[in-house]
Amino acid sequence: MPEVKTRTISYSTAINEALHEEMERDEKVFLMGEDIALSAISPATAGLGDRFGHERVRNTPISELGFTGAAVGAAMAGYRPVLDMRRIDFMMLAIDPIANQAAKLRYMLGGQVSIPLVIRAPEGGGSQNGPTHSQCLEAWFIQVPGLRVIVPSDPADAKGLLKSAIREDNPVLFVEYRALYSLEGPVPEGDYTEPIGKAAVKREGSDITLIGIGSQARNCLEASDLLAREGIDAEVVDPRTINPLDVEGLAGSVRKTGKCVIAEEGHKSGGVGAEIAASVQEAAFGALKAPIIRVAALDVPVPVHTKLEAIVLPSTEKVVSAAKKLLS
Amino acid sequence: MVKSNSGLSRKRLGEMYRTMLRIRRFEETADDLYMAGKVVGGVHVSIGQEACSAGVCAALREDDAVLTTHRGHGHSIAKGTRLPEMLAELMGKVTGLCRSKGGSMHIADVSKGHYGAHSIVGANMPMAAGIGLAYQLEGKDRVAVVFFGDGASNNGAFHEAMNLCAIWKLPVVFFCENNQYAVSVPAEYSTSVDDISVRSKGYDAPGLTVDGMDVAAVYEASREAVSHARRGLGPSLVEAKTYRFFGHSRGDPHYGMYRTKEEWEGWKERDPLIVCEKMLKMTAKQKKAHADAVEAEIREAIEFAENSPEPEESVALEDIFA
Repeated sequence: MPEVKTRTISYSTAINEALHEEMERDEKVFLMGEDIALSAISPATAGLGDRFGHERVRNTPISELGFTGAAVGAAMAGYRPVLDMRRIDFMMLAIDPIANQAAKLRYMLGGQVSIPLVIRAPEGGGSQNGPTHSQCLEAWFIQVPGLRVIVPSDPADAKGLLKSAIREDNPVLFVEYRALYSLEGPVPEGDYTEPIGKAAVKREGSDITLIGIGSQARNCLEASDLLAREGIDAEVVDPRTINPLDVEGLAGSVRKTGKCVIAEEGHKSGGVGAEIAASVQEAAFGALKAPIIRVAALDVPVPVHTKLEAIVLPSTEKVVSAAKKLLS
Repeated sequence: MVKSNSGLSRKRLGEMYRTMLRIRRFEETADDLYMAGKVVGGVHVSIGQEACSAGVCAALREDDAVLTTHRGHGHSIAKGTRLPEMLAELMGKVTGLCRSKGGSMHIADVSKGHYGAHSIVGANMPMAAGIGLAYQLEGKDRVAVVFFGDGASNNGAFHEAMNLCAIWKLPVVFFCENNQYAVSVPAEYSTSVDDISVRSKGYDAPGLTVDGMDVAAVYEASREAVSHARRGLGPSLVEAKTYRFFGHSRGDPHYGMYRTKEEWEGWKERDPLIVCEKMLKMTAKQKKAHADAVEAEIREAIEFAENSPEPEESVALEDIFA
């Protein structure tokens, strides 16, 4: 296999590159969102307005319902809109066009239309923004058939999966963890894509499987380093896509280790972790040597105060202690 | 309120009459089939409001778009939607426009520029803005018309979509069929203005209220609004005062619950078909010629739908992803 040349860039630069390259490749791709035209305000969309013009990099009024519905219409009429929601919390004002329209139109109209729409939804806590600016809501959307839901955790996946999402002929919710924007990592040079619906092993190990979603994939990697110092060899798996979910990819790791911790930043009840735990035990119950444990945000809103926020949100330490509990 | 003038040719008006009659007979047929237990799901008929569908669509080109509502059979027919496939959809047949998965409330015929009936009230307006945006980005002079009711004009989607179309000068016509009631709630209770068209002023767009029982008046107002959009001047809001002769859906009587018999009879006198027959000074022979032609078409649609197969089980799992 030829060696892939990489360079080190940040998660937000990776997203920016994907947008540049896909807009260059396909003139039907255009961007809409609040405050996306000014580079200084929006690093992920920096430079796009200057390069492609403000017809294709379009600031919107604060009308989430209006411009999301408009994106669905433009997609029906042959364009490939990419929305920037700024924060997933704001997207709650646009649930109808996402859940009732984009996800269902193709089915409801007997296959007469396709909806090639990408909704970039930055989310997550850890920066003292409080209950309505810190939520992780991807779990809501795995309940909606017809949507793809993608949650990348490092720069290479962010770029490769966003490029796949833009080329996909179906509506995609592309969740970006704001806490990861400054994370740097190796990213291949040139054009490449990552497959939708395929989990990735981020660290190989044999004692326990740590499944981490978004920001928690990073925490699981950090946790695996700490566990290694204590002689525990953890495998870290990132589902990357949670609809469709690569159940076999996840179950394969659990069959190897027999033990599993699932970490997510969303709330525990009805979370993505609950879905993964159920799916993994359906596929690999015989291999499990202990119950699956979930590490997630506590079932209260995310408070502003640093100390209180840390109590509510998951962390590397919480993943480590869950893993140790499981192995004890 | 704008009334029609006599500038319209007899031929053109005759075509609109035919469209209205096709809608009337299709919906009477759908209602009969529903009562006979042959329709899958609900049906909301627009009987009484046919002048809106026929008048607006007569002002459109084939490559223009319409989006409609749960009460959308009329708009569908006027835009050219195929009757047999539409009736098959109502009757749960796999030959239906939506392969029996959308039903009456989601009729669409994209090949005819019909981008769907949308049953979530208000949802179609932002989508119409997006289709208008696509047309503007393409640099073509196509127009999207979105139909909605008095109830939807109180929905945030209406206001957000109007504003988007106004700031971007999108080629969209907002056509409000003010049939006076959102299910049982009167517009005079729920709506801050007497004439919904005045809400266009908030978006610096033209607004016009027309007699929705007069197909010529609807056509003339629509022609103006469509031409405004086609010239790149942005959206308009046209309001047609109209009335549904049936209840909101079956199980809701024509009058007696929230509408009086007197009110209902008053509007029935202004049945858009009768108004149009008078304008055309139609003879009994001419009426019969129209009726015979429409009956033949309806019979053909029933035959197609009745003889069509129900969906195979596999259809439930198809058309989810492209």
